[in-house]
Amino acid sequence: MSTSVVVTGLGATTPLGGDVASTWSALLAGRSGVKRLTAEWAESLSVRIAAPIAVEPSEVLPRHRLRRLDRCQQFALIAAREAWLDAGFAFGDEAGFQVDGDRVGAVVSSGIGGIITTLDNYDILNEKGWQRVSPFAVPMLMPNGGAGVVSIEFGAKAGAHALASACASSAEAIGYGIDMIRSGRADVVIAGGTEAAIHRLNLAAFGSMRAMSTRNDDPDHASRPYDKDRDGFVLGEGSGILILESEEHARARGARIYAIAAGVGYSADAVDIVSNDPEGMSKAMLRALADAGLEPSDIVHINAHGTSTPVGDTGEIKAIKLALGDAAHQVAITSTKSMTGHLLGGTGAVESIAAILALREGLVPPTINIENLDDEVDLDIVRDEPRKLPGGPAAALNNSFGFGGHNVTVALRRHES
Amino acid sequence: MALSEQEILDGLGEIIEEIAGVDPSEVTPEKSFVDDLDIDSLSMVEIAVAAQDKFGVEIPDDELKNLKTVKDVVVYVQNKGVSA
Repeated sequence: MSTSVVVTGLGATTPLGGDVASTWSALLAGRSGVKRLTAEWAESLSVRIAAPIAVEPSEVLPRHRLRRLDRCQQFALIAAREAWLDAGFAFGDEAGFQVDGDRVGAVVSSGIGGIITTLDNYDILNEKGWQRVSPFAVPMLMPNGGAGVVSIEFGAKAGAHALASACASSAEAIGYGIDMIRSGRADVVIAGGTEAAIHRLNLAAFGSMRAMSTRNDDPDHASRPYDKDRDGFVLGEGSGILILESEEHARARGARIYAIAAGVGYSADAVDIVSNDPEGMSKAMLRALADAGLEPSDIVHINAHGTSTPVGDTGEIKAIKLALGDAAHQVAITSTKSMTGHLLGGTGAVESIAAILALREGLVPPTINIENLDDEVDLDIVRDEPRKLPGGPAAALNNSFGFGGHNVTVALRRHES
Repeated sequence: MALSEQEILDGLGEIIEEIAGVDPSEVTPEKSFVDDLDIDSLSMVEIAVAAQDKFGVEIPDDELKNLKTVKDVVVYVQNKGVSA
């Protein structure tokens, strides 16, 4: 029997709120975080909407720290601090449990890395010359920067890692964190991901793929997974961080346990670089079930990848049916991206947090903006209002699929004390 | 027109607050950047660039490594500022 891994702390900064509590209440309220982009740089683009962070890092971190961190690293630091304190660990002047740094890991992923730093400094180079390029540009733009920043902040010396699998990156970070604990490398892992990619280049690039919603005049209703008239995803930004801990370590210090991080499943489609394959997605779910020792009938809820693209959403529905068989019809499925937009490298962690809270609170947040359900979506989608979950033993899945053919499913079990 | 010592000190205080988060009242002539103000070599590069913008005095890398205290920078800016 491998080491049991539990979740003891949660942290997030998202388009819906600057912390987990405000994000969760907005998810239950069915509030959209999508906004019109009013900046001049957006005027000439096909996509002029996005889901920006609700609380700017400048309201939380001092100026001299902001200037050394890429925006995605700022988000990760803010979310990690919340998670760390939430787990009851000591930090700075805050009293708490003193954990041995050699037993703490940091796994913080980003799909793209410090893209805003890269592009801003390229502009500076062209306009003002090399001397004006920030001496911190390299640590700010490197995709492992967030892992380094978080490891330094909390003295996490067991290892700092950054997994890159596009939109599956932070789900993979959770999986890697689980593995660090199971293999005995760490007792505690700060695991999650972050993204800050709302920049005209990214909007142009995803726009050029025709992957994004161009419902520019109606931002609240632009992200509409499973609706017949969905026309693409909405780019969001933010970070989610979980504190993973061996159950033994958590119990010994009397920590609050949110849920059991029961397992993770991975697959690679090996088919297409941008279009994920239902069979590949289903394998990730099946492997997560096997890893977690769960049966399809144990699953009461799936926080779906459901990005609001025409092909992706129905492909995932097919995959859920392939993986769970008849039991698929008993599962309350939701896509919280209908409210947060798509946080790319932040999405797996933020949505795992939503799934954990759904199990804990017994409430699944709704998918908003479904006016006419797509005919191909013949499973139980939670619409408009939150859905109560039954009590007792229960498990949930969080799906994350990334360009490159990466499929990652995190399996979570309700903790019953 | 040459800047006074106090003008340079005030300007340096603003720069260091922005870059390193040090309270300007801490930025006094005898302070060592590394030992007293906890400013590392990469931040010194930023300070040199900001000082060039503010005082119009370029501090080449060869000179920058010799500027250990706040007073060293003040004197450097005063001297170069005069000759400029």
